[in-house]
Order: sequence, then structure tokens, then C-alpha cells
Amino acid sequence: MRQIAIYGKGGIGKSTTTQNTVAALAEAGYKCMIVGCDPKADATRLILNRKAQNTVMDMAREKGTVEDLEIDEVLLHGFKGVKCAESGGPEPGVGCAGRGVITAINFLEENGAYNEDTDFVFYDVLGDVVCGGFAMPIREGKAKEIYIVTSGEMMAMYAANNISRGVLKYAQSGGVRLGGLICNSRKTDKEYELISELAKRLNTQMIHFVPRDNQVQRAELRRKTVIEYSPEHAQADEYRALAKKMAENKNLVIPTPMAMDELEQLLMDFGIMESEAVA
Amino acid sequence: MKIKDHNELFRQKEYQDQFERKKEFEDCPSAEKVQEVLEWTKGEEYKEKNFKRQHIKINPAKACQPLGAIFCAAGFEETLPFVQGAQGCVAYFRSHLNRHFKEPFAAVSSSMTEDAAVFGGLNNMLEGLENAYTLYKPKMMSICTTCIAEVIGDDLNAYVKQAKEKGILPKDMPAPFAHTPSFVGSHIVGYDNMMKGILSTLTAGKKAEPNGKVNVLMGFDTYMGDFREVKRMLGAMDIPFTLLSDVSDVFDSPNTGEYKMYLGKTKLADAADSVNAVGTVALQKYSTLKTMDYIRKEWAHQKTAIKTPIGVKNTDVFLEELSALTGKPVPKELEEERGRAVDAMVDSHPYVHGKRFALVGDPDQLLGMIGLIMEMGGEPVHIVCTNGSRDFEEEANELLASSPFGANGKVYINKDMWHLRSLLFTDPVDLLIGNSYAKFLWRDTGTPLVRFGFPLFDRHNLHRQPVIGYQGVINIVTSIVNTVLDELDRKTMHTASFDVIR
Repeated sequence: MRQIAIYGKGGIGKSTTTQNTVAALAEAGYKCMIVGCDPKADATRLILNRKAQNTVMDMAREKGTVEDLEIDEVLLHGFKGVKCAESGGPEPGVGCAGRGVITAINFLEENGAYNEDTDFVFYDVLGDVVCGGFAMPIREGKAKEIYIVTSGEMMAMYAANNISRGVLKYAQSGGVRLGGLICNSRKTDKEYELISELAKRLNTQMIHFVPRDNQVQRAELRRKTVIEYSPEHAQADEYRALAKKMAENKNLVIPTPMAMDELEQLLMDFGIMESEAVA
Repeated sequence: MKIKDHNELFRQKEYQDQFERKKEFEDCPSAEKVQEVLEWTKGEEYKEKNFKRQHIKINPAKACQPLGAIFCAAGFEETLPFVQGAQGCVAYFRSHLNRHFKEPFAAVSSSMTEDAAVFGGLNNMLEGLENAYTLYKPKMMSICTTCIAEVIGDDLNAYVKQAKEKGILPKDMPAPFAHTPSFVGSHIVGYDNMMKGILSTLTAGKKAEPNGKVNVLMGFDTYMGDFREVKRMLGAMDIPFTLLSDVSDVFDSPNTGEYKMYLGKTKLADAADSVNAVGTVALQKYSTLKTMDYIRKEWAHQKTAIKTPIGVKNTDVFLEELSALTGKPVPKELEEERGRAVDAMVDSHPYVHGKRFALVGDPDQLLGMIGLIMEMGGEPVHIVCTNGSRDFEEEANELLASSPFGANGKVYINKDMWHLRSLLFTDPVDLLIGNSYAKFLWRDTGTPLVRFGFPLFDRHNLHRQPVIGYQGVINIVTSIVNTVLDELDRKTMHTASFDVIR
């Protein structure tokens, strides 16, 4: 069983990329599970073809305690038998979403969600590694591989660098490694070259460049992955390619995050950001 | 000057007058109104409301996970329990144990403060470990957490590794850890988590030839007499054993006038060798669930058994299990003890037969007690288990169904002593069994209380006697029947039935 955590800046397309990749893996015959670690709980809708599932924390809130939950209420099956669970969490502005992630993953573990016959477990984690809770998927005995979804936009690259710092912390004490950057293209200037270079500086690889295509949005409107909605479409092949590369990936490294100056210099070198002298 | 103690002082006129005058400022309802509401809380209507209560617990019969964790750790040789978390939490665990055992208890806190909550507890823990190790030189440091460390998601695995890499703890010193958030589970779960952590750390890579011993997993048992009783029983059967974990001297040490900090009696080498035992017997089920699960999976070569030897039948089964595990027969000595226990039950049963009981406590102790009460012909009626699971509920119901005396028994999990108060008013019983906090139920309802379980703050030396084995049967029967007889004397005081012979 390989456990993989997907991080990246909010809105960058983690959930879309994860679900399409998992759909491609499932199509290829792998047994997969997705654990959504985001209070918004939108990491499984394309696999389950419905709006949002009952999250662990929703059910816990309803029943009063997580101890009263049954695993079948929160672990559902979707496209090609992919198992789906969402941690869920509090309303915006209250409580502690990070603890919600810890509680949910502990619950899934203790109630046997992690079968021996599962090939891949994907954690789709909100934004940066902002607190101990959101690092839960990369703690002891869980995800050993991390992929960061990014694009050529500056803030997405900042986030990727930041996440690498979080990974570095856990890489030193645990066994977690960075598997690569996934570039989810926003069609910015020199995006391919820029992310390839960023990956190099972080001591990793750009494992795949996913081109932008409206077919993804068309499929999403119908609550489906591209793999399920239009398996013949070229975009589906992109996700298949990404899935194959991830399944075969042996390039797992301890990242070397950059200082802020170095990151800005990189953007300047590529002409994305003007140097202060010129500005 | 004669100094009056607390009990007398506040009955003096000046205090009584002061209490009276204060009422003016307290905006308190009239005494009649208070009385009226108090009476209302004794009825069916209030009981229904009480059982619908969701967002508050009143006198729950449970303690925090780390309390169980440090209790577990203290039984190992020269082991310092280290708690990653707030100082106040650890002060509470320590005072709870002090008050029950009337013994000092050493545990260390990393004293987390607000900045640690914001930036993560790593630095606190490293500094704490360094200080604690330098000052107290333990052979093992067992680490658990309080809620604050759990909320912010401190990763003990990573922290312990760092402590060793940085040379704060010696690389070869065992430093097992357990995450023990108290917003789930209770002290028995904390005990379990810590025991699993300690055994998995100490036994790593130690698998070798079978050593012919039996591991005895005590569980969260606060009767030090039980530890001595188990050792005596196994000794009588000539079975070599390792007690996991033996806190008997920690909480019941001889007074020599000299303080010793480390009194845990389970040698680290023996605990490490426990993986090579022929089998493991657990004396409690619900405080060893994860540990036994681990043992069954990782030490698959071992035979396992679980039995809480409270009551005659349970002790019989316990000894039979030991016999089956080792091939050693049950000696005459123990058979004779059994005879004496049965004799005690026969002598006392006229006063216990048909009596109705309410019980509150930890799951395993309740199961043992329900069995023993039914063996005496008593009827368990209300069984409240705040930290009981649905599995426990099912097991207790099966046990009640196994005897006609269990017919009126009802099990309440996740309920507290305020629920029990309602039950005692609407469906009264003859006797109440519970810890010291149950004395408030005794005060409110007048139901005589047999003190049993943890904590027992208000009666002395109870923890020194065994409640398990045949000797335990005699002790429990003695306290039950004498409570009945005390009550009988009180009730017949001024009647012709006030008799010298009972």
C-alpha cells in the first residue's frame, strides 16, 4: 500500500488533479482510496458523482461523539470502486480544522479503512502545512510520498516552496519524501521552463505538466472526472500519463527549499518579475 | 488558643450569622423554592429531561487518558513518566493519585505555554527532556500528551527522534511514547496506549527462544493488593511470570523514612523479553484492547487469554486458563482458598440475596462485580459506565442474561452519576457500589455506599487489599455484607429487632 499526500496552494486544482489521477489509476486496475483533508469536503465529488458526502466530522457533530460513528457511514465507494472519505471540519471562523483531520484519520485507521488490498491511498490536503493537524497525513506510518500541485503563478510557487519547508521538517525525522511537482497549467509565460527550474532548485522533478483544457470544467459540471466523462478525450490521456508516472516514480527526495530572495531571483531571471531597480 | 477544625468551625455562631447575612447579596431564591426544585429533581419528569441531556456531563466516572498512561509507565524499572503538555494537567494527575494512595508520585511536565501552542511544542519537549534526563537520570522515559499538544498536532514520533539525534537523550535509551488526547477515551484508554507504546519499543528486535514465562497484563488496576495476590497465585501454581506493569511498590511502598523516586518493579529486561513468553494473560479487557490486539498480531506465536478474576466463577476460569497455558495444575492451596471464599458467601448470602444494586465504575471492574453480585443472589439493577463502549454494553447485557438475578439489570454507557441520581430516586435500590464521588449520591438518596474502584479519596487502605482471586471474593463479600448490616443496625436502632447477632 502506497500512501500519497497532495499539497498545494488553495484553488490550484489539487482535488481535480487528485481525482482524475485516481480515476486513471482505478481504470488501470489499482485499488485506491481518497481521504479528503479539507473542511470544505470537495475532494471526492467527482469520484462519487454527487455534491458532497457525509464527512467524518459532520457525522460526529450529529451523533455527539466520533466514537458512535460506523465506518460505512463515512467511507463510500465511487467510480471503479474507489473508496472515499472526507474529514470535514468546523464552520469557517470557529474551532480547529487541523484537529478534525487528526480525529478523522485516527477514526479511519482504528476502524479498518486501510485494507491490506488497497494499492494507493491519496490524501488531498488543504493549502499549506499550516499546523500540526494538516501535517497528520505525513506523520509516522502514513504518507511517505508527497506531490505538490503548482502552476507558473507566483503565489502558487511561493506556496510550493513553503510546503517544501514543511516536508523538510518531517523528512528529517520521519521517512517522508517529495515525489515531485505537478504543474497544473494556468497558461502563464514560460510556465513549463519555470516549473522545471523550480523543481530542480527544490531537488525534485516536474513529474508532469498538465495542460489547461476546458474539458476538465465540462466534466466537473457533471460531477465527473475527465476519465469517466470522456475517456477518449486527449485530456484523459494526460491524467493517465500522470498516473503512470506516479505509479512508477522512484525519484523520492528530501527537498531543498529556497530562501525568499532566491525564489524572487528565479522569477526575475525568467522575466516574470521585474527587479526593484528597474521598477 | 484552641483551634477548631473545619468540621466544627463553620458551625459556630459567627459563621452561621455571616452565611445568613450573605444571602442578601446572593440573590438566592427562597429556601422554599430551593426545596421545591430539589423535590422536582427526584421525579420521573426530571429524569426524562436528565436523560435527554447532551452537552454537559455531571460527575462522570472517568479520568483523563494521560493519568492512565503515567500510571502504566510508573510500574517499569527506573522509568520517568514525561507528559508533553500543560503543567496544570500533570498536577491534577499527580494529586489524584496522591489522594487515592496517600503516596507521593513523580511525573514530569514539559510545561507548555501559549507560545508553544502557537509555534508547536518541539522546543518545550526538547528542553523538558534535557532537564528531566539531567536531573533524574531515568533508564526509560515514557512520553504521553495532554490535550493542548494533541490539538496542535505535536508529532511525538518525530520529536523523540530529534531528541536522540541532537543527543538530548542517549540513543540507546528507550523512550516510548503514546498520544493520549483526553477528548476521546478515558484513563483506561491512556493506559492501553502507553502499554502498547512501551511494549512495542522494548521488544523491538528481541524475539528469541521461548523463555517459558507467562506475561500478566494487569490493566488499570488500582488495588495494590491485586498485584501481590496475582504474584501469590502464580507462585502457588509454580508459574514463572512477568507482571506488566508492576506498580505495587510505587503506590504501596514500605515506610522506611527514606524517599525513593523509582519504585517500578517490572524490569526493563523482563519487559523486553515478554515477546518470548509462552503466553499473555490480561486481567482486564477494556484497558488492554490495543495492547492485546498488538500482541495477537505481532507476537502471534503466543497464546492469549483475558479474564478479570473478580468473583468465584471468574477466578476459576482465570486459573483454568493459566493451567491450560502452562500445563501446571491448580494446587490444593488455592482449592482450599476457594472453599473458604464459598463458605464466606454462604455465611453472608441471607443478607445479600435479593438485594438490589446500583453500580458505577470502569468496564472491567463492573463486569467482575456484576458476576460476583449475581453469584451471591443479589440483583444488579442500574449499571452506569461513563467510559463504557458498545462492546462493553453488549458483554454486560449477555452477562445479565446468563442469570435470573440479572433480569432487572439495565446498562447505561456514556452516562454519569447525575443520571444515576435520577435512577436512584425513581427506581430505588438497596446498595450502591462506586468510587468516592458516589458519596454525593449516598448523601442525596440515602442509598448505602460500598466503596469500590478509583478514586477512593475518603476511606483509607482499601487499595492495599486484593479484590481479585478467592481472597478478593472474601474482601468484597465482607464489605458488601457489613454495609448491609451497618444499615440494618441504623434502621432498627430503636426497635425490638436491634440485635447483637446478625
